[in-house]
Amino acid sequence: MVHKDLEEYAGVLPPKLLEEIEEQAPASKRKKVGQIVYDEYMKARVDAGESVGLISAESIGEQATQMTLNTFHFAGVAEMNVTMGLPRIIEILDARKAIKTPKMEIYLNSPYNKGKDIRQIALSIKDTRLGELVSEYAINIFEFVIDIHLNAEKMQLLSLTPAKISKLLDKALGKVTKITDAGENKISLQLKAKEDRNLNTLYKLKEKIKDVHVKGIKGIRQVLPVRRQDEFIIITAGTNLKKVLALEFVDPTRTITNDVHEFAKVMGIEAARHLIIEEVYRVIEAQGLSVDIRHIMLVADTMCVTGEIKGITRYGVVSEKSSVLARASFETPIRHLINAALLGEVDKLNSVVENVMLNQPVPIGTGLPQLRVKE
Amino acid sequence: MPEEVKPDEEVKTEDTEDSEVDDEEQKNILRESLSRERMEGLQRHVSKKVNSIVFGILSPKMIRKMASVKVVTPELYDKEGYPVDGGLMDVRLGVIDPGLRCKTCGSKLKECIGHFGYIELARPVIHISYIKIVYLLLRSTCGDCGRVLIPEDKIRKYSKYLERIEQQEGIAAKRNAVKEIVDTFKKVNKCPHCSAKQEKIVLEKPSTFIEGEKRLTPIDVRSRLEKIPDEDLPLFAINPEMGRPEWLVLTILAIPPVTVRPSITLESGERSEDDLTHKLGDIVRINQRLFENINAGAPEIIIEDLWDLLQYHVTTFFDNGVAQLPPARHRNGQPLKTITERIKSKEGRIRRNLAGKRTNFCARTVISPDPMLKINEVGVPKIMAKKLTVPEVINEWNMAYLKKFVENGPDKYPGSNYIIRPDGKRKKITDETKEAALEELQPGYIVERHLLDGDVALFNRQPSLHRMSMMCHKIKVLPYKTLRLNPAVCAPYNADFDGDEMNLHVPQTEEARAEAEILMDVQTQLISPGYGRSAVGCIHDGISGNYVLTKDLEFDRQTAIDILSSIGYFDFSKLPHKKKISGKEIFSALLPKDFNYVGTTKQGEKVTVRDGQIIEGVMDIKAIGGEGNGDLLRLLHKQYGPAATVEMLHYIFKLGIEVLLRTGLTSAIGDVDLPPSARKEINELLTKAEEEVQGFIDAYEAGTLEAFPGRTVKQTLELKIIQVLNKARNGCGNVIKNNVHENFNSHVLINSGARGNILNVVQMSACVGQQALRGSRIDKGYSGRTLSCFKKGDLSPAARGFVRTGFKNGLNPKEFFFHAITGRDALMDTALRTPKSGYLYRRLANALQDLRVEYDNTVRDANGMIIQFEYGEDGIDVSRSESGTIDVKRIVELIK
Repeated sequence: MVHKDLEEYAGVLPPKLLEEIEEQAPASKRKKVGQIVYDEYMKARVDAGESVGLISAESIGEQATQMTLNTFHFAGVAEMNVTMGLPRIIEILDARKAIKTPKMEIYLNSPYNKGKDIRQIALSIKDTRLGELVSEYAINIFEFVIDIHLNAEKMQLLSLTPAKISKLLDKALGKVTKITDAGENKISLQLKAKEDRNLNTLYKLKEKIKDVHVKGIKGIRQVLPVRRQDEFIIITAGTNLKKVLALEFVDPTRTITNDVHEFAKVMGIEAARHLIIEEVYRVIEAQGLSVDIRHIMLVADTMCVTGEIKGITRYGVVSEKSSVLARASFETPIRHLINAALLGEVDKLNSVVENVMLNQPVPIGTGLPQLRVKE
Repeated sequence: MPEEVKPDEEVKTEDTEDSEVDDEEQKNILRESLSRERMEGLQRHVSKKVNSIVFGILSPKMIRKMASVKVVTPELYDKEGYPVDGGLMDVRLGVIDPGLRCKTCGSKLKECIGHFGYIELARPVIHISYIKIVYLLLRSTCGDCGRVLIPEDKIRKYSKYLERIEQQEGIAAKRNAVKEIVDTFKKVNKCPHCSAKQEKIVLEKPSTFIEGEKRLTPIDVRSRLEKIPDEDLPLFAINPEMGRPEWLVLTILAIPPVTVRPSITLESGERSEDDLTHKLGDIVRINQRLFENINAGAPEIIIEDLWDLLQYHVTTFFDNGVAQLPPARHRNGQPLKTITERIKSKEGRIRRNLAGKRTNFCARTVISPDPMLKINEVGVPKIMAKKLTVPEVINEWNMAYLKKFVENGPDKYPGSNYIIRPDGKRKKITDETKEAALEELQPGYIVERHLLDGDVALFNRQPSLHRMSMMCHKIKVLPYKTLRLNPAVCAPYNADFDGDEMNLHVPQTEEARAEAEILMDVQTQLISPGYGRSAVGCIHDGISGNYVLTKDLEFDRQTAIDILSSIGYFDFSKLPHKKKISGKEIFSALLPKDFNYVGTTKQGEKVTVRDGQIIEGVMDIKAIGGEGNGDLLRLLHKQYGPAATVEMLHYIFKLGIEVLLRTGLTSAIGDVDLPPSARKEINELLTKAEEEVQGFIDAYEAGTLEAFPGRTVKQTLELKIIQVLNKARNGCGNVIKNNVHENFNSHVLINSGARGNILNVVQMSACVGQQALRGSRIDKGYSGRTLSCFKKGDLSPAARGFVRTGFKNGLNPKEFFFHAITGRDALMDTALRTPKSGYLYRRLANALQDLRVEYDNTVRDANGMIIQFEYGEDGIDVSRSESGTIDVKRIVELIK
C-alpha cells in the first residue's frame, strides 16, 4: 500500500520507485522527495516517436562486438560447462530449438535441500542406461545368448536390483528376446525368433541393451549437486522440465531450465520471455559488459508478442512483417517479391525501409507527426 | 519483371526496373502526365507521396499495352551507329545518349525514365522464378477440368481453415498449410469433380514437366493452367484479381527500357553493351530462328531443340544462378549479371541502392587529435571547406553579406562555388562568370557558400554501431589536411589516431540542420542510451593529469593563475587568497560553487566535493572518465545541463594536459626495473608455485588426487594447476606494488585509470604467466607433448605453456612459441567474431527498426501492434536516466 504522503503519485510513478522512496526517504522528507522524484521521472520519460527498437538493436549489437567468441571459466570449479558469450546470445535470439548445452537448475524442497543424501537424489534423476551398470557382456554365439554381468557397486548406489532390471529389459526388449536366466548380478538374454538368429542381430541386440533406460529422467545426461548460499541444488546437463517438476522433492517454483522453448511449453510464454531476458542479461554481464535491461526486454517482447517464440531471423520475426519491401530488404528478396506478386500483396509503406527506398520521410521520430495543410 | 507499381496517388517516383503501370486507363493518364509533369516540374515543386505499392503479375495483354516497341531484330545499331528500328536499342525505348530526344515521350536524357518493349515468343516458355508454384498447381489440379483435387464439400472447409490461419499467423503460414492440404490429397488419382484419371506429374529440374512417360510442353502447361477456375486459386495463395496462373507461362516477353541497361562507351570509342542487352539479343536471335523453322516446317526434333534453347535463354535472362543450368557467360568466361543477380545480395539493387544511399556534400580523410578544439567542434581542413558548401537564400538583408562570397569565387576562402536561380538552374562560379553572377544576384537566389566556422556538420566513424557513431559537430576551419577532433570524443566514436579515417556530412536544408543540432549534437549524446552512463569523458592525459594535480601538487598563486589562464579559464574568484595553492583547489576552481559530490576513486578511497571544493580524494577515471565511468560528470550533467557539462569537461580535460605539460609524465623503461629484493621475492614465489604444481602432478600420477564433483581427475588437475599459476602471477603484482613508489609514472597511469593495469607491468617486469588456449593449458602439438623438446606426458608448467619470465628479460624459444600460439588464437578470435556479431546486429536492427513509442506511450510496430504497453515497463528513456533508473538515494541525500 502506498503511503499517504505519496498517494498522488500512485499509478503515476512506477511502483519500484515508490517503494524505493518509502525505503530511503526519512518520514519527514517523504513528500518532498516524492515531488523531486516525480519531476525527474517526468523529465526522464521517453518521447513519443522515439525509435526505441533501433536503440535496443544498437545497444545489444554494440556490446556483442565487444564479446569474446570463446569464453571459459577458470574460477567456477563446481559449475557445469555452458555455452556463454556471443554464441549463446545468437542461440537465444535465433530461438534455436536444439541448444548446445541444455542445463537445469533444480531447487529442492525443504528437507531435501539440506545436503543429506544429495548425491543419491541427484543420481536418482540422472538418465541412466543399462550400459553404465554392466561390467561385462558374454556373448554365446551358438545359442544366441547374451550374458550381462552387472556392477554390484553401481547397482547399489542407484538402489537397483537385478530383478528390477530384468523387468525393465523384458519391457524394452521383450518382443525379440526372452530372459533365460536371472541370477545374482547376471542376466541372460536369448533371441526369440529363430529365423533372426544371426551374429549381426546379436550385436545389434547388445547395442540395444546398452541403451535400455533403467533409472532417472530421460534427457538428464549429467547431474551435479552444488551448494548455493545455504542450500543444495542440483545442476544438470540436459533438460526435461516437465518430468522434473513432477517429482515430489523438487521445488517447482524455483526450478528452471535454460531451454527457452521448453520453458515456454511448460510454463507459458510470459515465463519464456522472462527467461530470455535473464539469460541474455546474464551472458552480457558475465563478460563484464553492461546493457540496460530495457533493451533486452524489448527484444524479448518482440520475440514473444505473437504468443509463441519467434527468433530474430528471416523465418521468425522478420517474416511477420507486413511490408513486402521490408522483408525483401532483409534476406531472400526474390522469394518475397515472387510471392508478393502471386498474392497481389499491397505494401502500405508504413515502416522504415520502404520509405527509405522511396526517398520519403520515415514514420519514426521527427517523421511521426503528420501535418495536413489547407489548400 | 512481373512486379508492378500501381499508382494510387499518381506515382511519379517509380523504380523502372520492377515497376510498371497497372491497368490501361491509368497507364494512358500516366503517360500523359509523365511528360507534362516533367515540364511543369521545373516551375512547380511537386510534393506527392507514394501511398502504397501493389504487387501483381503482368498479363500478356498488359505487356503489349505498356510497350512502345515490338522488338523483332537482334541487331542493335546500323552502319552509321544509329539504333535500328525494332531493335533492342530502339530510340522509342528511352534515351541514353546526350542530345537525343525520346521518340515516345519527347524528353531528353535523364528526364525520360524509359519505356518498355516486348517480344512475341514463337513458343511459350515458363517463367523460372514461378516454377515451384506452377508445379504445385499442375500436381494438385485436374488435368482435365482444372479443378483442385479436393472434393467439393471439403473445399469450403479448407478455405475457412486457411482464412483462419492467414488471419492468425500470416501469409507465410497459410502458404505452408496449402501445401500440406494438397499433399494429403496427392494420393487421389481420380478427379473428384469430373472423375478423370490423374497421372503423376514430375518436375525435371529446372523447367521440364513430365506426366507419366510423356513430356508436358509449356503449351500444355499453359492450357492446363488456363482451366483452373478463379475460385480455386485462393487455395494456392494466388490472388486471381492480380494475376492468372497461365500468365506464368510467357507468350510474350517484356523488354526492359534501355535506361535500365545502358551501354557504355569505352575509351576506344567502342560501345560495350549491358549484360541484359546481351541476353535479350540471344533471346531475340533464337526466337527468330524458331519462327523461321516453324514456318519452314522443320522436323519436330529441331523445333524442340530450339524451343529448349529459347527456354534456357529466357530462364537465364531472369535468373542466371539456377542450380541445374550452366550459367550464361560472357566471351571471357565471366557469368552474366541478369535480373535476379541485379536485385539480390548485399551488392544488389535493394541493399546497395535502395536501402543505402549516397550523398553529396560529404568528405573523408584521416583524423588527428586537437585538445584545443571544443568537444563539439570538428577541425576541417581549408581545402575541404572550399569544396563543401552551404546553400543560403538571398534576401534584402543578407544580400551584401552573400555577395562577398560570390566576389571571392571558388578559389579564395571564404567564397562560393555555385549560385542557384529561383527556377532551379545551377550556375558554376568561375573567374569568367563571376561578374555576370554578381550582376544577376537578387533576393530568391541561392548562394552555395564555403563552410564557415560554426556551421553544423555530421561527423561519423564506421562501424556505426550506435547512435553516438554519428554526431553533430560545429565546424572550425583549420590549416593542414586532416580532420581534427577533441580526444574526449574518441570513446563514443571508438576512434584512435593510428590512421583512422572519418566522414563529414554537411546538411543542406534548414530542417536537416535543425534536427542535427537539436537531436545529434555531441552535448545531447553525453549519456549512452545503451546503459545510461557517460559515453564522453576525459581520456589518457586528461585523467592522469588531473590525478597528478589533485593528488599532492602545490603551486604558488601566480603559477596557479597561469595554469588556469593557459587553458582559457579566467574566473579566478574561486581560488583561495593564499600563497600556496594546492592542486585540489585549482581543480575546484572549475566546478560550480554549489556542487556537491560523494564518490570513490578507482583505488576505493573516498572523494568528497562540498560546495564546489574538493575536500578529500583525487580525481581519476571514476570521477571524470568516459565509457561508463565519470560519476562526477554524470552528476554535473544532471544538475547543470548538457551545455555546462560539455564546457566544464573541456576545461577539465585541458587542465589535465596543462598540468602534465608542466610536470611531465613519462612511462619509462625504468618503470619495469625491479630492485634485487623484489626480484628474489618473485623468484621464490614462482618457484614455490611450480613446486606446488609438481606436488599436484605427483599426486595425480600416484592416483591420490581427488576429483572435484562432476569432473574427471585429469580436469581437476588442470583446474588446480591453472589456479595455482594464476595466483602466483597475481602475487607478482602485489610484490611489484609493494616495492614501487606510488608516484612512479607507470603506476600513476594505472592508479588513475588513464591506461593499463598492473597485469601489464607484471608481464613486462616479472612473469608473462600461463598461456591459455581454449580455456586450458596448451596441450596440442605432438602426440603426448607440446614440443619435441619435452618428454611425453610432461605436465609441468613449462611444458604446457607457462611463461616464467617477463617481456623485459626476454622469453626463451619455447616460451616464445607458446606465446605466439595464444597470440595467433586471439587474432583468429577477433577475425571470426566480427562478421558474426555484425550479422547479429543486422538481424536485430532489421527486426526492431519499426518499433517506436506512440503518443499513448505504448511501443508498437509498423502495423500498430502493441509490443509493450509502457516502454521498458516504466517508460524511462535510458539516455535520460542514471544507469536506467531515477536515483532516489541521491535525491534523498541532496535534500539533506
